[in-house]
Amino acid sequence: MTYTQLAVLGVLAVVAVDLVVLRTRLLTRRVFWVSYAIIVFFQLVSNAILTGLRIVRYNGDFIVGTSTPDVGPPPFLGDGRIAFAPFEDLLFGFALVLLTLSLWVFWGRVGIQRLPAAGPPRFLPPRNGDGEPSA
Amino acid sequence: MSNFAYLAVLAFCFIGTLWLEFVFRTHVYRRMLRLLLTLVPVVIIFCLWDLYAIGAGHWTFDLSQVTGLFVVGNLPLDEVLFFIVIPCCAILTLEAVRAVRGWPVGDGLPDPPAGGSS
Repeated sequence: MTYTQLAVLGVLAVVAVDLVVLRTRLLTRRVFWVSYAIIVFFQLVSNAILTGLRIVRYNGDFIVGTSTPDVGPPPFLGDGRIAFAPFEDLLFGFALVLLTLSLWVFWGRVGIQRLPAAGPPRFLPPRNGDGEPSA
Repeated sequence: MSNFAYLAVLAFCFIGTLWLEFVFRTHVYRRMLRLLLTLVPVVIIFCLWDLYAIGAGHWTFDLSQVTGLFVVGNLPLDEVLFFIVIPCCAILTLEAVRAVRGWPVGDGLPDPPAGGSS
């Protein structure tokens, strides 16, 4: 299978995990999409370093674009690439992030280490009745 | 090029999110069992994907920019660390967003009154 095919399959599989298998339904939650928006920005930055410096090199036989050149960085945009990286990496990253967060939420739901809960941030006042929970 | 180029990117990601633990009080690294239970399946699944992709020739690594240490087969240590560091970054981000906005996540905690949420 090509990277393109595997990446699409990977996203579909992890979507099924979130919606059907673990039923965490993060895809329906605002907190997930806001978090993902932040994550994907930094993914593009760090992945641009990995691919732009050709630390990781891709074979054009298995992606929509062409191979990472032998000399110099691949195109920043175009030829199937976004910020030097094959667009397939966005699918790969989405699957990685969604599977991770789905499992994290799942373990909380079954009662494993819900506490200490997150927050409040140092720069915000404590919430109502928000004593530091003594796990 | 340095053998630590890939590791430097990972260090950038790790340190770039570590402060969330203290400033947003995300408490992710204080929930180590839950974190490990999350990481183990993720690391296994994505290492298998990586091994397949490396074997099939989807991608290669510049051996002058990775540690040169391999975990199993042709799987660089750098890649395994990637599948540990990036999930940690993702969880820290989720918990930081929750810490600020108080939006429900669905993990069984009562939804807190939103701190500063409109």
